[in-house]
Amino acid sequence: MSIFLNADSKIIVQGMTGGMGSKHTALMLDAGSNIVGGVNARKAGTTAEIGGKELPVFGSVKEAMEATGANVSVAFVPPAFAKDAAIEAIDAEIPLLVVITEGIPVKDTAEFYNYSKGKKTRIIGPNCPGIITPEESLAGITPHTIAGKGPIGLVSKSGTLTYQMMYELRDFGFTTAIGIGGDPVIGTTHIDALEAFEADPDTKAIVMIGEIGGDAEERAAAYIKEHVTKPVVGYVAGFTAPEGKTMGHAGAIVSGSSGTAAAKKEALEAAGVKVGKTPSETAELMREIMKGLEQA
Amino acid sequence: MDLFEYQARDMFEKHGVPVLAGKTATTPAEAKAAAEEIGAKSGGVTVVKAQVKTGGRGKAGGVKVAKSADEAEQLAGEILGMDIKGHTVGTVMIAQGAKIAEEYYFSILLDRANRSYLAMSSKEGGMDIEQLAVERPEALAKIEIDPNVGIDDAKATEIATASGFDEETGAKVIPVLQKLWEVYRDEDATLVEVNPLVKTEDGEIIALDGKVTLDENADFRHEDHEALEDKSATDPLEAKAKEKGLNYVKLDGQVGIIGNGAGLVMSTLDVVAYAGEQYGVKPANFLDIGGGANAQVMADGLDVILNDEQVKSVFVNVFGGITACDEVANGIKGALEILGDEATKPLVVRLDGNNVEEGRRILDELDHPLVTQVDTMDGAAAKAAELAANK
Repeated sequence: MSIFLNADSKIIVQGMTGGMGSKHTALMLDAGSNIVGGVNARKAGTTAEIGGKELPVFGSVKEAMEATGANVSVAFVPPAFAKDAAIEAIDAEIPLLVVITEGIPVKDTAEFYNYSKGKKTRIIGPNCPGIITPEESLAGITPHTIAGKGPIGLVSKSGTLTYQMMYELRDFGFTTAIGIGGDPVIGTTHIDALEAFEADPDTKAIVMIGEIGGDAEERAAAYIKEHVTKPVVGYVAGFTAPEGKTMGHAGAIVSGSSGTAAAKKEALEAAGVKVGKTPSETAELMREIMKGLEQA
Repeated sequence: MDLFEYQARDMFEKHGVPVLAGKTATTPAEAKAAAEEIGAKSGGVTVVKAQVKTGGRGKAGGVKVAKSADEAEQLAGEILGMDIKGHTVGTVMIAQGAKIAEEYYFSILLDRANRSYLAMSSKEGGMDIEQLAVERPEALAKIEIDPNVGIDDAKATEIATASGFDEETGAKVIPVLQKLWEVYRDEDATLVEVNPLVKTEDGEIIALDGKVTLDENADFRHEDHEALEDKSATDPLEAKAKEKGLNYVKLDGQVGIIGNGAGLVMSTLDVVAYAGEQYGVKPANFLDIGGGANAQVMADGLDVILNDEQVKSVFVNVFGGITACDEVANGIKGALEILGDEATKPLVVRLDGNNVEEGRRILDELDHPLVTQVDTMDGAAAKAAELAANK
């Protein structure tokens, strides 16, 4: 089992014929993803040869879904067009939309996220590496070679810390690893992923990676305390970040006294989550938990 | 990007929010001329206001009433150059005086937790709003705004009612709230705050002070926003990095940091800070070179960091995800060739991930006197901190 994505997922790519889109479509095919086509209104009816495969290009998400039965879309469209692409996918009622694009104005994301409320589409991102269920499917840009299938679920705001943690724990492997993105407004949250991992029988333990900005980690901590029975190990980046400076991710900013790494660590620890000081210490904490589970 | 009060004032005026006349000055003589012009509308009375991007100006003595142009000149002389919470006052705004009857508070901001916007409004403005929120939360109305609807007539009425305005005042406040919403929406703001929003003795509603934060991700559709940037306040190294398209934040430390991915770089700073504790050594900067990490990007990054005089050692921390470690190693090799004699400080390199063996082999073969390879992130941070301390 896995969450949100599996071997049966049929994926289309919005922006497949662009530079980023075609490069990562090839890498997703390498990872074993079932990519069934792309969307580009100006190239509708043509095909694109990517990674040795002839992929059809459709005029809209709706057409692509009708023709292929696609249930996942990965969007690589530029920031200025991301909102329209997301609304199109939401209107087509695609079950999962992964928005990789970095640099979308937060107003646009707030608008399309709120537009999706009460509708059928789950959004992951934006400004994220997407989601991977190792050895089954990749909808995003996470390198599929880092780690294989296993009992750990991972949810993270950061792409490279996701990769780092998967690498450190590659001898165990992962059910699913989700990068939820570093923007101030995102679709799927830590809590959504925790809820899904808790319900997934194959996930035995969870790694949660956060960073400065907002209070998503604090809310996740409260959720863990109430609802998560599986062991959770945490890591928070940005203890040394100065107040008022954006650290790479648009959402990674300490404002006044809110959004600090120290407050997040404290909240997680108060909820019984073991929090590592560094990524490798965090991996070590997970290693101990896995050993304990194996002996039990 | 945070705006100065005078920039927020101009933006409000552009969108039809009622504001008082105001003019900036950078010298006492300019302030006098501005006060002569502006004061003509308010019986000679003006307010001299320090333009700094921090709160608490009034308490610090950065806002003073002048009864004449001569007094405005004298006050500007006192306020210009003043230090307010680490911000040096380089500009004052000479604002028209007003006869204030009541002070209110109003703001619209991005509510990350609810993924929507929040309007906050109070009849008790003028004071520190964070203090009000703690001491008398019932006096601060908080109303959620649907990003796709905004502050329409119904929402504005809801806010006015929740704030406790009587019908007459509410009727005057409502159109101002809607204009402020237009500022928020049309300028891609993440914060619009008016404290105080005042009712004058004549019963007019006026935004007497303004704080606006703009979303830099939306700059592509606001050509006029670039001119609002305060280039004089930007650190010269940050300006240089920005020119080269690098994501760099200057910090106060000795270990230069280069990494790929915002999360990993933030984490690298933390690990270096822990490792440096025993030596009193800290990270010198945040620099995310992203996924590419080719020779030119690496050279640009190193160039910026090596120009930081505080830097004693550099830690290059790369996890090869999409980018393979051999490409990164070749990037470092190429960067050292590009920089030549300008590369003078020791480099600790930690490579991991995709094609790591080949990457490490390339650097071993290079055998550069400045380059030390360490296999783990924690170990490399310790080495970089030690090198910075021994310099």
